[in-house]
Amino acid sequence: MYSKKVMDYFMNPRNMGEIENASGVGTVGNAKCGDIMRMYLKVNEKGIIEEVKFKTFGCGAAIATSSMATELVVGKTVQEALKVTNKAVAEALDGLPANKVHCSLLAEEAINAALWDYAEKNSIKIEGLKQPKKDVHEEYLEEE
Amino acid sequence: MEEKIVYFDNAATTKIHDVVINEMINIYKNEYGNPSSVYDFGNRVKTIIEKSRKSLANNLGVQAKEIYFTSGATEADSWAILGTARKLKKKGKHIITSTIEHHAVLHSVEQLEKEGFDVTYVPVRADGILDFEEFKKAIRDDTILISIMAVNNEIGTIQPIKEIVEYVKDKDILVHTDAVQLIGKIKVDIKDLGVDMLSLSGHKIHGPKGVGALYIRKGIKIENLIFGGGQEKKKRPGTENVAGIVALAKALEITLDNVVEKEIKILELREYLIDNVLKKIPYVRLNGSRQNRIPGNANFSFSFIEGESMLLALDMYGICASSGSACTSGSLDPSHVLLGIGLPHEIAHGSLRVSISEYNSKDEIDFLLDVLPGIIEKLRNMSPLYEDFLKNKGV
Repeated sequence: MYSKKVMDYFMNPRNMGEIENASGVGTVGNAKCGDIMRMYLKVNEKGIIEEVKFKTFGCGAAIATSSMATELVVGKTVQEALKVTNKAVAEALDGLPANKVHCSLLAEEAINAALWDYAEKNSIKIEGLKQPKKDVHEEYLEEE
Repeated sequence: MEEKIVYFDNAATTKIHDVVINEMINIYKNEYGNPSSVYDFGNRVKTIIEKSRKSLANNLGVQAKEIYFTSGATEADSWAILGTARKLKKKGKHIITSTIEHHAVLHSVEQLEKEGFDVTYVPVRADGILDFEEFKKAIRDDTILISIMAVNNEIGTIQPIKEIVEYVKDKDILVHTDAVQLIGKIKVDIKDLGVDMLSLSGHKIHGPKGVGALYIRKGIKIENLIFGGGQEKKKRPGTENVAGIVALAKALEITLDNVVEKEIKILELREYLIDNVLKKIPYVRLNGSRQNRIPGNANFSFSFIEGESMLLALDMYGICASSGSACTSGSLDPSHVLLGIGLPHEIAHGSLRVSISEYNSKDEIDFLLDVLPGIIEKLRNMSPLYEDFLKNKGV
């Protein structure tokens, strides 16, 4: 069902945990649908994401995509992080089963939500950053 | 090297008894004649089928002519429900079922709704047993059929089929039961149970997939689901699945051999598992009544985690089990059975079903008990729900 890489990131998740006094925290998804992702970002004064951590309630794909997303944004500028798409996350994991693509979408949203929180806390405007959607699942279902 | 598998998903399917496999091979190799042919090489296969029908009927306490072989329990359920309703539609158009049926039943009655029938879905109580008061209220003058499962496939709860039959005995209502999870687990006498129709499956009783049967009480006439030749008294046409039929009858015979001892052994394993899971792991609940459940079934919900990730982690140890989470159901909703007993979505997502058979051992249960707490802890440490829970608790 899953690629070796998904299983590796599920069994040995990178960057799992919390960041105390994080610059930005974003939580997306809902328990009703069975997945919640929380991203913690630490952004330095140069606007570079120094550290990323995640916590996820969800299936193997949800855990693997959130872990992979942290690796794709760490060391990047806020602007660069915004460009990390769900497609990039899925590709980095050597693909996801069709019914799990929404997990990668959730990962993208979680980064976005954490950046939004960072921007709000610091009263800055990040170009291209949109307010997090309330429920990614609804949108995903509408798309189908 | 053979991969080590610890198989705890016996409610999904079961290991085929070796003797059954040998019987099937013999049929495929030596008895490939068509039972409908005139010459002895074909005709003798008919005798083999009838011998199997008799054996199956004997083990169920019914007459051979009341047994119709099908492609499995899904066909048997569909046939019983659609065939009865279509036959009796002039008499009435109301059908009663429960909210926790297998999809073979639920989707059959949904089809009938499209055909203009009215269906009442009786709820179950929090312990997973039919709400009998609600059931009584559901009965109407135009009710023609009741289809309630004997044992639930997810939480193993035993439904009050005898009481249902007793309650409607003076009414002109047929009672069907999906007994897939009951047959072979304990000795069942269908006449004693009293139902008019009963579905069963081969692969849940250590037989092969692709074969099942529908018991139809003598004198009851239902419409065909499929049309063709004269097999099964023209009621279920198609060249017989001879090896499957022989295997089904043999599987039930072997499974019922010493069934009381097997039942006790399986029950002991189950109780040992439940005791230890509840003792070793915090924030866990057992789903469904502990007393009124089939011996081999245990179904837990672990708070703050999701079922599919649990299954994947168990799979790393070669342990096969199942879950009612959305990710395993192919939709965004968790199991209708777990929602049916009133669980909130997030608790239903964290369910784990362990279903035990005669082939399981205490060592295997101990192995599961060794690895499960660590898996749960690891997944909880990853879970934002658990993080929030601990923060709210002030830890």
